[in-house]
Amino acid sequence: MIPAAFDYVAPTSLEDALAALAQAGDDAKVMAGGQSLLPILRMRLGAPETVVDLGRIEALRGVRDGGDHLAIGAMTPYSDVVADPLVAEHAGLLARAVETVADPQIRHRGTIGGALVHADPAGDVGAPVLALDATLVVVGPGGERTVPAAEFFRNLFETAVGDGELLTEIRVPKHTGWGSAYEKFVRVSHQWSIVGVAAAVRVDGGSIAEAKVGLTNMGSTPMRATAVEQALVGKDDSGLADACAAAAEGTSPPSDLNGDADYRRHLATVLTRRAVRSAMQ
Amino acid sequence: MTAVDDRPTAEIGTARRRKEDRRLVTGRTRWTDNIQLPGMLHLAMVRSPFAHATINGVDTAAAKAAPGVIAVLTGSDIADIQGVNITAWPISPDQKTPDHLPMPLERVAHAGEIVAVVAARTAAQARDAAELVDVDLEELPAVLDLKRAATDEVLAHPALETNKSAFWQLDSAAQGSGGDVDEAIATARESGIVIEREYRQQRLIPAFMEPRSTVVDPTGEQVVMWSATQVPHVLRFCIAATTGLPESKIRVIAPDVGGGFGGKLQSTPEEFVTLAVARTLGKPCKYTETRSETMVSAHHGRDQWQKLTLAAEKDGTVTALKVDLMADLGAYAAIVGGGVPVLGAWMFNSIYKFGAYQFNCTTYYTNKTWVDAYRGAGRPEATYAIERLMDELAAEVGVDPLEIREKNWIGHEEFPFTTVAGMTYDSGNYEAATARAKELFGYDELRAEQQRRRESGDPVQLGIGVSTFTEMCGLAPSRVLGSLDYGAGGWESASIRMLATGTVEVVTGASAHGQGHETAWSQIVADRLGVPFESVEVLHGDTQIAPKGMDTYGSRSLVVGGEALVRAADKVIEKARPLAAHMLEASVDDLEFTEGRFTVKGTDKGVGITDVALAAWTGHDYPEGVEPSIDADATYDPVNFSFPHGTHLCAMEVDTETGATRMRTYVCVDDIGTIINPLIVEGQVHGGLVQGIAQALWEGAEYDEQGTLVSGSFVDYTLPTSADTISFVTDHTTSPSTSNSLGTKGVGEAGTIASTPAVVNAVVDALRPMGVDDVEMPCTPERVWKAIRSGGGTQHADTTPAQQAHFDEGAPNQDPAAGTTDGVVQ
Repeated sequence: MIPAAFDYVAPTSLEDALAALAQAGDDAKVMAGGQSLLPILRMRLGAPETVVDLGRIEALRGVRDGGDHLAIGAMTPYSDVVADPLVAEHAGLLARAVETVADPQIRHRGTIGGALVHADPAGDVGAPVLALDATLVVVGPGGERTVPAAEFFRNLFETAVGDGELLTEIRVPKHTGWGSAYEKFVRVSHQWSIVGVAAAVRVDGGSIAEAKVGLTNMGSTPMRATAVEQALVGKDDSGLADACAAAAEGTSPPSDLNGDADYRRHLATVLTRRAVRSAMQ
Repeated sequence: MTAVDDRPTAEIGTARRRKEDRRLVTGRTRWTDNIQLPGMLHLAMVRSPFAHATINGVDTAAAKAAPGVIAVLTGSDIADIQGVNITAWPISPDQKTPDHLPMPLERVAHAGEIVAVVAARTAAQARDAAELVDVDLEELPAVLDLKRAATDEVLAHPALETNKSAFWQLDSAAQGSGGDVDEAIATARESGIVIEREYRQQRLIPAFMEPRSTVVDPTGEQVVMWSATQVPHVLRFCIAATTGLPESKIRVIAPDVGGGFGGKLQSTPEEFVTLAVARTLGKPCKYTETRSETMVSAHHGRDQWQKLTLAAEKDGTVTALKVDLMADLGAYAAIVGGGVPVLGAWMFNSIYKFGAYQFNCTTYYTNKTWVDAYRGAGRPEATYAIERLMDELAAEVGVDPLEIREKNWIGHEEFPFTTVAGMTYDSGNYEAATARAKELFGYDELRAEQQRRRESGDPVQLGIGVSTFTEMCGLAPSRVLGSLDYGAGGWESASIRMLATGTVEVVTGASAHGQGHETAWSQIVADRLGVPFESVEVLHGDTQIAPKGMDTYGSRSLVVGGEALVRAADKVIEKARPLAAHMLEASVDDLEFTEGRFTVKGTDKGVGITDVALAAWTGHDYPEGVEPSIDADATYDPVNFSFPHGTHLCAMEVDTETGATRMRTYVCVDDIGTIINPLIVEGQVHGGLVQGIAQALWEGAEYDEQGTLVSGSFVDYTLPTSADTISFVTDHTTSPSTSNSLGTKGVGEAGTIASTPAVVNAVVDALRPMGVDDVEMPCTPERVWKAIRSGGGTQHADTTPAQQAHFDEGAPNQDPAAGTTDGVVQ
């Protein structure tokens, strides 16, 4: 389908991008890969006057070692995140989750920052970023600020990134030596998650010393299964099922063609157990 | 001669790579949307968002004033010339059929109907202006659920005063092909086994790869329409029959067409509106739909409830089957329309021999997208029902599902066999196909593994599904169609033109849309006339180049069109014979024709058929009383259907914790008669399997209570990709058809027909020890999980196999409104 007409700006620096956003005013949309935005425009579910494409800002791409954390440029494509050796070593959970996104074509176009700001609760990037206690760097006319992941996701398709602002970097604390797994439940491979569970664990002497669990599509934003995280501490394999039973506590999953809310709650407990077990190995 | 020497000794049976694939796969070809004409305008449709509404008015002023817009037209602007989308098959003399105007003037009957059309200089301008058309629609009550439609509480078309379109029955006692079904069922209730089930055939969306597109050029003596259609010849007839244009003034071209699966077997509102706009404006016009438009406006498939009663003796010998079918036509009777479910009438008895049979089919209108043929068309539904029932019977008797089938199927020594439905199957060997399938599958080992998993309480259970099937292909003997009041014949046409320079033009009336006709037809002609495969050019899909044809659907092209081709080739040889004799100064009776050459018996004298073609073309020296041409035409009307069959075995793993299913092994052994090109056959089988598996596991068109198609994009209409399927094991046994010279049977739909019940049988088999005897399609993880939790299937939660609820008056299943789902089936 053909989108409504819009002005297209493709700045090559962050400063130019912010200026373009400021100039375009309220009715601008940022394109960061376009894998969600273009279908929205083409189906005329949205008709911004200006599209600011961040695709030519090289500075926003790539993974950097920031000492105690990894600094991932917001415009780093999914496929680069999956292939990056630093991510594999220090933030394996992110790679495990991102490699399940859609299909190879989309993973080469779509970006990690674009997905986070789009904030589709069925997207696979939010849960691991939340679980790994990442910090998000947001730049706007007033300068740079950092937002903890726990405060980043506000609601369905709504984040802490305000009008005229851009997400520039995702800082993921190093989880070197942690085991991780992402259990994505879908009917067909390229589908959005029906439910997804991101789990990272630090195992010490056969039992869990520390656990982090994020949930995909169990509410209007990605969620942390904090009760499970606490219950898992000190558990070995035999204690997993009990510790994961509360995975759906406090969630409010949707009901749709893929399953009702009760079914999703059930899936969350099963998938959490499986993700944690897999992360321990 | 080297090129000739390199040829395989026989083309038929050779796995030739398809000669059309380079252009089709790269897309560098004439798809309809690639066609550009001077001064061509682009159209955009304005569609109703409501399922049922009165059109109070359409304000086109703002759209007309938009940049680049030439015209904005509504139904009343083209009322005199827009024609009608007709149904070719009224299944009963008193069938109720609402008028189906391409662009209605007063009322829309499903979401997606066209209410206005914009013509503009560019496609973008047309789309922008379409957003400005202000349509005043007043919503009417809509009926969406099939069972609710049967109650007539809300009417899809109030003027018809009922939602019921027609009733059609086949009764074996009445037609003399078997006994009385009710008597046999009554006997079984006394002393045998009665299996009663109700199955849902969900609504499916054909989802062909190339969206539909139409270009109309009205500027010449003839109006030319290019369209992404399966049926250019049928389409030309429909236009001539309803628009006032003489048939001789219409040329329809189906250029390369990217798939159809039955979904392009139609005369569509979009084609007719494009034609009307082009004629009104006197300018070439193009309309190409978006995928979102395909989903709501191109016809859907299936959508039936099947109520089934199977009677058997205690040992599992089937004695009778009674079928009560409700079929949802959607808002209109489409071109085949009510005929699609009726096509199942001869197939519910499948490969089995039993004494009594009755098929009842009632068709209904609802305010949803119209329904018509989708790969298999009537036969997958029938096969699903009987193959699910045979598994239920096996469970009831307590024997292996293959054993119950063997007890009831037609033995290979019994062919030709006339069935209880009245069809005569010419050939088949169910024993051989089943034996081969079992061997490839490792049936006994998998049964042993299933047993181990059951005993150990493995959270992942294993199920084995069986589907032994047959289908009727090669639509269709014209006299049979006539007896069913179908509006056309079932013949096919072929012409062979022997060109002066040695190449051969083959014209076929079967218009391919991805099947590989060009390759297969070349192979047949190469063998028959002894010319190189590369020298054969196959032309199709243009009513001026291929003036006679009935097009491609129902696995008919090879079985019917291939036979026409063989007959045309044989005529070429016979026409060449006197010319060859003249050239060789020999008697016609002394000539032999082999491998492309006429030779004089007992001598080394000979002449090639292409040399004869050149001699005929120059016409300098030919015998008296013979025409200087060896070209020939043939029209072939089949004497019978063909009956491919096969045994499909499927192993599914079911994760009882989540309800997720995973295919482990799939083996099919199909008997499709003589194989022309094994590679094409392999492609047809694999694609067909995936489409049938997709009905079992993934696909389903779902509406909400307002009549909006919820699964209106590929986000929610979950088509599988190669990532979701496994490598299939396929093989063939061969018992050639006796009703055509090549011995072919048809393969276009076999995979789709057989695979759906194989998969569902496997899922149910995995869960049967948990009390599950059915899972409604598509077998989503949620449905499977809920079936496990309720321990009794999705329909029969409170019954055990020994105490099946009967369809008695007053029983829950007997109420037509019971089990309605308010549009969304969960």
